[in-house]
Amino acid sequence: MIEQDTPVARNIIITGVGAVSAFGVGMGALWEGLCAGESRLGPIHGFDASGLRSNLAGQVPEGFSARDYVPKSYRKGVKVMARDIELAVAAALTAVQDAGLTTRATDSDATPTYAPERLGCQIGAGLLAPELQELALAFVSASEGKHFSYEQWGEVGTNNLTPLWMLKYLPNMLACHVTILHDARGPSNTITCADASGVLSIGESMRVIERGDADAAIAGGVESKVNPTWLLRLDLMKRLVHTDGHSTGANLVRPYDPKAPGTLAGEGGGILVLEEASYAARRGAKPVAVLEGFGAGHEPNGLDQQATGEGLAGAIFAALRDAKALPDDIDAIVPQACGCLTSDRPELAALQQVFGGHLAKTPIVTIVPNIGDSTAGAGGIATAIAAQCLSTQALPARIHHGTPAAGLLVGACPSQKRSLRRVLVCTGSVGGQCGALVLARAT
Amino acid sequence: MNTVSVDARAGMRGRRRVVITGMGWVTPLGSDVDAVWERLLAGASAIGPITRFPAETFATNFGAEVKQFDLIEHGPFAGVSGLPHEETGRNARFALAAAAHAFRQAGLGDVGATPTQVDPARMGIYLGAGEGIPDFDACVATSLEAWNDEQRALDLHQWGEAAYARMGRTRELEQEPSLSVAHLARHFGARGPSFNCMTACAASTQSVGEAFEIIRRDDADIMIAGGTHSMLHPFGMTGFIRLTAMSTRRDTPTTASRPFDQTREGFVMGEGAGIVILESLEHALARGAAPLVEVAGYGSSADAYRITDIQPDGVGAMAAMGAALEQAGLDPDAQEADGRPQVHYISAHGTGTKENDAIETRAVRGLLGDNAPRVPFSSIKSMMGHLIQAAGAVELMTCVQAIRTGFVPPTMNLHTPDPACDLDYVPNRARDLRDAQGKSRVHVAMSNSFGFGGQNNTLVIRRFET
Repeated sequence: MIEQDTPVARNIIITGVGAVSAFGVGMGALWEGLCAGESRLGPIHGFDASGLRSNLAGQVPEGFSARDYVPKSYRKGVKVMARDIELAVAAALTAVQDAGLTTRATDSDATPTYAPERLGCQIGAGLLAPELQELALAFVSASEGKHFSYEQWGEVGTNNLTPLWMLKYLPNMLACHVTILHDARGPSNTITCADASGVLSIGESMRVIERGDADAAIAGGVESKVNPTWLLRLDLMKRLVHTDGHSTGANLVRPYDPKAPGTLAGEGGGILVLEEASYAARRGAKPVAVLEGFGAGHEPNGLDQQATGEGLAGAIFAALRDAKALPDDIDAIVPQACGCLTSDRPELAALQQVFGGHLAKTPIVTIVPNIGDSTAGAGGIATAIAAQCLSTQALPARIHHGTPAAGLLVGACPSQKRSLRRVLVCTGSVGGQCGALVLARAT
Repeated sequence: MNTVSVDARAGMRGRRRVVITGMGWVTPLGSDVDAVWERLLAGASAIGPITRFPAETFATNFGAEVKQFDLIEHGPFAGVSGLPHEETGRNARFALAAAAHAFRQAGLGDVGATPTQVDPARMGIYLGAGEGIPDFDACVATSLEAWNDEQRALDLHQWGEAAYARMGRTRELEQEPSLSVAHLARHFGARGPSFNCMTACAASTQSVGEAFEIIRRDDADIMIAGGTHSMLHPFGMTGFIRLTAMSTRRDTPTTASRPFDQTREGFVMGEGAGIVILESLEHALARGAAPLVEVAGYGSSADAYRITDIQPDGVGAMAAMGAALEQAGLDPDAQEADGRPQVHYISAHGTGTKENDAIETRAVRGLLGDNAPRVPFSSIKSMMGHLIQAAGAVELMTCVQAIRTGFVPPTMNLHTPDPACDLDYVPNRARDLRDAQGKSRVHVAMSNSFGFGGQNNTLVIRRFET
């Protein structure tokens, strides 16, 4: 076990990346799919989505089972995991394995790499959607025909829900299951800022380690938007493309196209292992990338106000200052780029404000046309991809079937080798919270 | 502030002092800070039958509702233009009212008037706001409409069609937990770091703690922090009834919340918001604001035990309390010149469940040792119920009041001692901890919040001294 002390300057590196996406479990599958320029936006499986106006999505492939990612002794625990929790548990395990950490989940008999009290856990989440069939059965038991009775609900209806029903759906259960599985007893938080949840969680996790409250952490964001409740809600919020007559979605999601019709839902997320650099060095861990800077800001948004990009620009400037970097030091950008004009427009304005003429020379990595928008999961995935770009010195391919705004490196393009010193990850959100991270190549 | 030069700020990772300069709350006992404080010291109960939906037959049909609350008619938003839209969620309304009081106390001005002494980019928000209230009736109606009785299953195609007809954009949008932050930012002009967290019952203690760290690190000068939540709705009550976490004393609701009493059998649901204005000391002094107290320490930990149970030895709670005390530079075993421990009041998480109260007691004893029985340690949940995600911020505010007034609120309904709960819970009567000159002897107070699932948070505050 690594012993504690307090280094003077604490630097944070990424030593493991884990992901779950429409390409399956693991960073390898995601990276290969992106580099090949594949899209997994297709018809929804697992439930009848025909009554919804947007029914193409990026789903984790059939056959996924969270039971494969927990120790035998924890399999009962899977019964109280909603989809988001299951995906988080899988992403966290792959990240921990990638980092080569020993935790209770990887080997319960071995001495853990970090003392449990020094391992934090910050996993951003969204609101978890209830299983509709279970609820409907309970409602029906308290109804005569189409007439629902509160009286009967109180007397008998509620008994049709399992006792632990609510625990399946609490957003903090992503982090709580992960802390239990890995015996992570350090600071733990659940940031719920919609699209910005993942980036803000990784940023806060970085701060927790930097100030000495933990030496390592499991951090990221995970969410599933592919369920009837969220497909409906996102459509009411005017986020989704109506997919009528289409069987594939790659051509519908068009980041930074002034005529873009909206986005498509996705599920999954990205989880990273962060470590204080000197601790990681002592155990001989190989950094994937350095986490150099974090910034946050607020953008009037989501309500009835027009977003200008000022809040996101503020977050990016803060992250650059934190990284002691200038805009010209950024060699690629992984923004939200989801194809919704209400978020693409202010995002582009922010990038133009920060980067000016440098933007035309800076490639933008887009992933939503490939795997859809998993909201709280998106920031985790974006950060995992940025780390992968830096460690492989390559950019994945880009899909684009529209006409993006002029002067941007965002159109269709194959995967390419590229010298990358720093990559920026940034996102706004429906509630106006904005976050930005600067990642650097490990030397 | 939006410059790109690598300036001095980047190297200024100072450890700045942070003070509270304003606070406001909306609670089941009222919304005026001083009036609610009086009621707490008098041992008042806000608990009664649920009136907001037909709950008569529910196993728990009572709670602590916020009543006579109307943000626009009576509240600080009266006469303000650009009001929250008509379907603004209950959480956001609570938070707006509480923040308006906090803003005014901090001398930052009234709602709608952007404070001139503050750079909006250096003012952030960190809330532990809960999810918005789900549209239960629409959810039920949609399900019934799409129910195929022959197959005993939901017809999802029909569900989609029914849902489009019954569910509304704003109501659904307002369920986003980050929307309370959006509403605050809109009305108070904050453009700095902005977050919302949901660590269940620990959320608003965590939000204040992380906001404190953001200022300490110089990433903002002012943070609007706290929490807001209402689970007094059919889904919320149903969820906790199924977990058998709530009291079922339907005949005696006003005395149903009985933390640390041997006959306790669950918590009582409340609702509300607590908002504090955190500020760097230098910023507060520069604009002539009077610090109420100093935030001295914050500790966060995870039980990593079980999602349904608290770690029985209380090690997670001890870790959070220990970290907060250490950051505050306090020694749990030490005694001051007058023989007192260094912590003078603890606001308990004290939910009134069998498990929490015994384990929290064990943790306090484990940390403070022989000092433990000598620290007043009470739970206001006995009077206003459990405000869930808002509880931590509201209880922190009671600690501020204790330091400022020298009184500590009682734990009501504590008549039957439990051998597992053997500390000084200030039973049934508030305590006067002032000296002969009438000055408060409560100089340091600690507030605990432990979330379902095992996330624990503790804050330590102390009286402000230059």
